[in-house]
Amino acid sequence: MNKETSKKVDISSEDIVIQIVNMHKWFGDFHVLKNINLDVKKRERIVVCGPSGSGKSTLIRCINRLEEHQKGQIIVDGIELTKDLKNIEKVRSEVGMVFQHFNLFPHLTIVENLTIGPIWVRKTPKKEAEEIAMYYLEKVQIAEQAAKFPGQLSGGQQQRVAIARSLCMKPNIMLFDEATSALDPEMVKEVLDVMISLAQDGMTMVVVTHEMGFAKSVAHRVLFMDEGEIIEENSPDEFFNNPQNDRTKLFLSQILY
Amino acid sequence: MELHAENENKVIIKPPITSIGIIGWMRENLFSTPFNTILTIIIVSVLWISIIPFVKWALINSSWLPDANCRGTGGACWSIISSNYKIILFGFYPQDILWRPVTAIVMLVSLLFISRNRNFWNAFLGYSWLISLMIMGLLLKGGVFGLEPVDIEKWGGIILTLLLSVFGLTAAYPLGIILALGRQSEMPVIKTFCIFYIELIRGVPLISLLFMSSVVFPLFLPEGVSINGILRAQVAIIMFTAAYIAEVVRGGLQGMNKGQFEAADSIGLNYVQTMRLIILPQALKIVIPPSVSVLISAFKDTSLVVIIGLYDLLKTTQTTLSEPKWMGFSAEAYIFIALIYFVCCFFMSTYSRKLEDELNTDLE
Ligand SMILES: Nc1ncnc2c1ncn2[C@@H]1O[C@H](COP(=O)(O)OP(=O)(O)OP(=O)(O)O)[C@@H](O)[C@H]1O
Ligand SMILES: [Mg+2]
Repeated sequence: MNKETSKKVDISSEDIVIQIVNMHKWFGDFHVLKNINLDVKKRERIVVCGPSGSGKSTLIRCINRLEEHQKGQIIVDGIELTKDLKNIEKVRSEVGMVFQHFNLFPHLTIVENLTIGPIWVRKTPKKEAEEIAMYYLEKVQIAEQAAKFPGQLSGGQQQRVAIARSLCMKPNIMLFDEATSALDPEMVKEVLDVMISLAQDGMTMVVVTHEMGFAKSVAHRVLFMDEGEIIEENSPDEFFNNPQNDRTKLFLSQILY
Repeated sequence: MELHAENENKVIIKPPITSIGIIGWMRENLFSTPFNTILTIIIVSVLWISIIPFVKWALINSSWLPDANCRGTGGACWSIISSNYKIILFGFYPQDILWRPVTAIVMLVSLLFISRNRNFWNAFLGYSWLISLMIMGLLLKGGVFGLEPVDIEKWGGIILTLLLSVFGLTAAYPLGIILALGRQSEMPVIKTFCIFYIELIRGVPLISLLFMSSVVFPLFLPEGVSINGILRAQVAIIMFTAAYIAEVVRGGLQGMNKGQFEAADSIGLNYVQTMRLIILPQALKIVIPPSVSVLISAFKDTSLVVIIGLYDLLKTTQTTLSEPKWMGFSAEAYIFIALIYFVCCFFMSTYSRKLEDELNTDLE
């Protein structure tokens, strides 16, 4: 994977697909997210990093309303997230999400895991949904496992299936929450490769990860969070070579060496 | 070397006779240690002492033919069954048209057996159930196609037991699921109602519900309106069983990983789809064993309807026993109906184990 080619996918339009304005979130009395402002443009790839408990997961879970924010605005694909259930379901069907623990549906076969969204949310005919599913299973190189159940696959394979499941909904945006953290080291690469190839296809991505190599080569922008705030936001080169904030420096020194 | 030469007719070395066959098995399982040997001897002698007289009573000295004179034989009087099976099984259903309930029961049992196989679960089977239930109803009730009408009050014995339990269990199960979901609801009114209902019902015995439905409930009906006693008992059984199913299902729902809800949400499935396609199939699978326990005990509890004067299997048997001719042969009669109950419960529990195996997807 070559750094130059990956970055060549230009942010062609200035369309903003995710807009977060003065957003706050509390868990009870605990202020987890403080005054978050973030614009993500179409085809842009953002890596979010920061120490444990800094609110990274909570931030990206707010983007598809797995968590509810209490103040400020989140606008995804032109739709503002409010209590309106129809809007939430609409946004969720446009935004794919990949979890640390895969969260495949263990009672369904791999191919059923992939077709359930298209069939029930998009109302795609079963046959067509299966074709879509097989296409994406090919893409994550796991088509031969289609008839198996999740419990029969390795962690890396399950995570690739989970990515394919999101892709079957033809999302405009993909969110990754530490997609490789639960994997054995030898499986991390196969999942990162899939994410890199998605990047090359021009997918808009918001990625929470500790894989700094991935951040350097794929991200357009790196956000650093600490204690619920975005405290640094920069291009990967600047971020890694010339961090501005002391806390960023400390974090990088701990994670890189 | 010599073995090698004789390759065509291979030399088969048999294991020593004492390690295989019945002797080997007995050595390994019954007499492997002194303690096991003692246990074996004790158990065999207890069986010997109890089984021999039972076999003598039940088989050797027993009378089987209808209207045989049983007194003084010292054996079992199965004649009570062969003379009275029509009353025991069908209550006061007119005896000249018993082919109708028999046909209905045969239909029901065949459908149950077909439905055991999940490969047959399709729309066709659903329609077959609907149509068959209507035919069974018509057969029992009559009044059309020249079938002599039979008053519902006359349905008794196994007809009533099966009616109460098949409808009771099939209606209670979905109702219990709805109550369990309601109890988890975020809407306070629904949640409170479900908790109140479940706790209230679980706090009273079934008998008191049956009494309520047969004695108290009619007092609230307007003049002239009456609801059939069987139907009232049926409703009480459904309400009662549903509350227990609800708690069992709630256990399954709580056991679900939060990630499953989130994954379903994140692909845009709505609440009903999430529950129906993702959560319930997994949660219900986990709770098959406790659900079946609830269903089995509900099935046996249908016999409590005797106390509100319905003639189910137990009551028809008691009726027979109250005849002077058959007094004193209650053991035989109760063994007979115990067998019927056992067969039904055994069917349910083997089926549930089969279902568990079929639904088990985490091989490895
Ligand atoms: N449902 C919840 N209720 C209460 N507090 C929560 C909840 N979820 C998360 N938190 C708290 O919010 C803070 C931020 O959590 P979050 O999961 O977003 O952190 P993170 O940056 O993703 O950390 P990690 O790297 O460990 O995944 C943590 O202190 C956590 O304990
Ligand atoms: Mg996290």
